[in-house]
Amino acid sequence: MVAHFGFGILLISFFVTLYSAIAAAFSNPKVFARLFRSIPTSRTQRWANTLEKLDTPQRAASMVESARRAMLLTFPLITLSSVLLIYLLVNDHYEVQFVYEVTSRTMPTYLKVTAWWGGQAGSLLFWSWLMSAFASLVTLRRWDRDREFLPWVIFVSCFTLAFFVGMTTFYENPFKMFYQTSTGVEAYFFQPPNSVLFTPQDGNGLNPLLRHPGMVIHPPMLYLGFVSFVIPFAFAIAALVTGRTDDRWIRLTRRWALWAWLFLTLGLVLGGRWAYDVLGWGGYWGWDPVEIAAFMPWLTGTAFLHSVMIQEKRGMLKHWNMLLVILTYDLVIFGTFLTRSGVLSSVHAFAQSAIGPLFFTYIAITFIASVALVIYRWGSLKAETEMHSLLSREALFLFNNLLFMSILVVCFWGVIYPLTSELFTGAKVTVGPAFYERANGPLFAALLFLMGIAPLSAWGHSTLKTLGRAAWKPAVVAVLITAALYSFYTRNVSALVGFFLVAFVVLITLYEYWRGARARQKSQNENLFTALWNLTGRDRRRYGGYIVHLSIALMAIGILGIELFQIETQGTLELNQKVSLGGYDMEYRDIARFTGPDGREVTRAVIGIYQNGQYLGDLYPRIDYYFDSQQSMTIPGQRATMKDDLYILLVNWEPASATGATFKIYVNPLVNWLWMGSLLFLTGIIIAAWPDKDPVHVAVRTNKQIREASAAD
Amino acid sequence: MKLNKFVIGGLLILGAVVFLIANATTGSAQYFMTVDELMAKGPEVVDKNLRVSGAVIGDTIQYDPQTLTLTFEVAHVPADQAELEDEGGLAEALHEAVIDPSRARMTVVYVGVKPDLLRHEAQAIVTGSLGTDGYFHAEELLLKCPTRYEEAVPEQAGS
Repeated sequence: MVAHFGFGILLISFFVTLYSAIAAAFSNPKVFARLFRSIPTSRTQRWANTLEKLDTPQRAASMVESARRAMLLTFPLITLSSVLLIYLLVNDHYEVQFVYEVTSRTMPTYLKVTAWWGGQAGSLLFWSWLMSAFASLVTLRRWDRDREFLPWVIFVSCFTLAFFVGMTTFYENPFKMFYQTSTGVEAYFFQPPNSVLFTPQDGNGLNPLLRHPGMVIHPPMLYLGFVSFVIPFAFAIAALVTGRTDDRWIRLTRRWALWAWLFLTLGLVLGGRWAYDVLGWGGYWGWDPVEIAAFMPWLTGTAFLHSVMIQEKRGMLKHWNMLLVILTYDLVIFGTFLTRSGVLSSVHAFAQSAIGPLFFTYIAITFIASVALVIYRWGSLKAETEMHSLLSREALFLFNNLLFMSILVVCFWGVIYPLTSELFTGAKVTVGPAFYERANGPLFAALLFLMGIAPLSAWGHSTLKTLGRAAWKPAVVAVLITAALYSFYTRNVSALVGFFLVAFVVLITLYEYWRGARARQKSQNENLFTALWNLTGRDRRRYGGYIVHLSIALMAIGILGIELFQIETQGTLELNQKVSLGGYDMEYRDIARFTGPDGREVTRAVIGIYQNGQYLGDLYPRIDYYFDSQQSMTIPGQRATMKDDLYILLVNWEPASATGATFKIYVNPLVNWLWMGSLLFLTGIIIAAWPDKDPVHVAVRTNKQIREASAAD
Repeated sequence: MKLNKFVIGGLLILGAVVFLIANATTGSAQYFMTVDELMAKGPEVVDKNLRVSGAVIGDTIQYDPQTLTLTFEVAHVPADQAELEDEGGLAEALHEAVIDPSRARMTVVYVGVKPDLLRHEAQAIVTGSLGTDGYFHAEELLLKCPTRYEEAVPEQAGS
C-alpha cells in the first residue's frame, strides 16, 4: 500500500517537474520563434509567426509564475516519496525489492535510514531530492535585478530534475515489489494477473563494507557537491539564452560554486578515509574508475573557481568559463551514473544496463546543446582586455587552468584507453595506478609551484624581476629546509622536489599574511591578532583561498609520505612472537572469536606496541564476518601520530591450526597530514564562502571594494 | 608577437602532456589475455606485463601460511562478452570451464595474503608475468564471485 502510494507520488512529481520545465521554456516563445525562423521552410515560418503572437508580457509573467510554483511543489512531493521509502526501509518491508536489496533485520535503525542511498534506485531518488531542494532554494531568492534569468534557471533545473525523477520512476524504481507468478518470483511495478505478493523473510542487508560512518556520509557529501554544481550551470545557460553574458551570472553563483566545491572535496576525502579504514589495503586512493569519475568534475570545478576570478577582474576567458561550467555539469551527471551503477566491470555490461544508454544520450544532448549556445553567443563573449605578460596573474591562472585540464585529460585517457586500444589494435590493454601517478605527478608538482608564485604576481603585468623580488626570501628558506631534509631525512629526488614545493607554498602564503597584517598594524594601529582577523574579514575570498592553499600543501605532505615512504611486512606469528617494522616492535598477545550484536562474527587479535622498548599501548586488528551477506571485512588496528601511522591487518586465523595468525603491517609516514589538511581546507572554504550579513548593503559596498582592490593590486 | 609567446607556451605544455601520457602509457600498459592465448604465445610473452582472467579450480588451491605462498590453477574462460553470453553468463561460463578437463589450464603463483574470495569457480584476474618456469607469477590478484552479486531476486519459497 505504502509502496504504491510512493510510486504514485513519484509519478506525479515527474509530471509536475516536466510541466515546470515546459512552462518555463514557453514563457519565452520568442526564443523558439527565432529558432524556427532560422529554418527556411514555410511550415517553420508559420510556427514562428504563431509563437510570436503568443509572446505577450502578461502571458510570459504568468507562465513564469506558474513554472516557479510547479517547481516549488516538486520539493514537498519528492520529500513525501522519500519519507515513504524511509518508512518502508525502517519497517522491514522486504516485499519491496529495494528494501530487500539494501537492508536486513539485524541492521540498526540509523543504517536502515541511510540505506536510502545504499543502492542505485534510492540514490537516484536522493539525488532528485537534493536537486529539488536546491532549485527551490534558488527560486526563493530575490530576483528583482535578474528577472530575465528566472525562467531559464527554472528550465535547466527542472529539465535536469525531470531526467532524474523520470529515471527513478520508470527505470530504477525503488518501490517495485516482488510477486510470485507461475514462472517464479520477480519484481513488478504493478501486480501481474494470477500472482501473489511475495515477502522474503529477511533482506540481503547493506554491504558490510558500507556500514562505516565515513561511508554513511560520503555519498551525501559527494551528491551535495554534484547537485550544487547544477546551479552555476543553470545560470550560465540562462545568461547564454538571454544574451546577458556579462559576469552577472558568475557573481550570482560564486558562492554556490564554492559550496559545491567544498562538498565535493569533502566527499572525496571521506571516500579516501573510508577506503583507508575499511578496505584494508593500506591506502586511500587507488585510481579506480569510480574514483576518477568523482575526481573529474572536481578538476573542472577547481579550474572554474580559479578562472571566474579572471573574468570578474579582467573580463577575460569568458568562453572558457562557459565551457568549464558545461563540462563540469556533464561530468557531474557522468559521475552520478558511474559511482552508483556498478557497471564498470566492462564496457559490455555498460551497454547492457538499462539506464546506461539513457545517461549517455542525456549527456550528449545537454553537452551539444550547451556548446551550440556558446557558439551562438561567441561574439558577445569576447574578452575585454588582452593578455600581455606571461607572468601576469591572469596568465598564471590560465596556466593553472591548463594544468587542471591536462590532469583531466590524463584521467580520461586512462579510463578510455582500454576501449580505444581494443578498437584500433585489437589487443585489450589496460593501465593501472602507476600510469596515473607517473603522468600526473609532474602536473601536480607544477600546480604546487604555480600555487606558490601566482599570489605574488600582479594583474596585467609582472616580470621575472618583480616576481623574484617578492619570492626570494621564502624561496631561500624553502631551499634551506630542503637541504636539511636531504641531510637528515631522505635522498629521494621526487620527495625532495615535493617537500621543497610544499615549503615554498606554505612560506609564501604565510609571508603574504604577514605582510598584509603588518601593513594593517601600521596603518590602522591594531595588534597583530586583530590585524590578521580584520585582514581576513575584509577580503575573505582571498584569504580564505590562501588557507585552502595552505591546506592543499599539508595534504601534499601526507600524500608524499604515504606514496613514497610506505613500508610493509607480512608474516605469520605464534602467540607472544614479536615482529619489527619502521621502529615499532609488535607482539602478538591474544586472539578471540565471538559473535557481535548485529549478526557478525568478530575475530579480534591483541597486539602490543613498543617503541625503543617502551610500551605504547595495544592495537586490535579484527575480521568481521557477516552471516547474512556472507562477507568478511578486515578492520585494521591503527595508531596515528603526525609522524606516521601504524596500520595492522589481521589476515588469517584458523582456530584449529597451531600455526598462529597471519598479519600484514604497514607503516604509513605522514599520512595524518592529509586528514589534518582536509580539516583546514574546510575552514578555508567556509571563510571564503560564508554569506555576507546584509546582501543589500554588501552589493553596494562590494563595488567600492573591488575598485579599491584593483587599485591596490 | 604577444600572441606568439602564448602560443609557444601553450604548445610546450601540450607537448609535455602528450609526452607524459605516452611515456606513462607505454611504461605501465598491461595486456589482457585469455589462458588459451597465453598458452599459444608461450615463450613470446615471457616477462611481459600481462593481465589474465580464468576460472579457479578449487582442488588445486594450496597455501603455505609460513611463506605466504599461494598456488592454484585457473582454467580458460572466454574474454569476449558475446561468447560468455553464449555459455549462459559469467557464472555459468566459470562452471563450464571448471568441469571441462580439456580446457587449457595455467598455474598461478602468488606471494601474499590469501584473499577471502578465493574459492572454487571464482573468477581470478591476475596481473603479473609468465615466468620461464611456465608458472604465472602474479603481483596482483583480483577475485569475483558473480553469483553472489546477482541476488536481486530472492530464492523461491516452496513450489
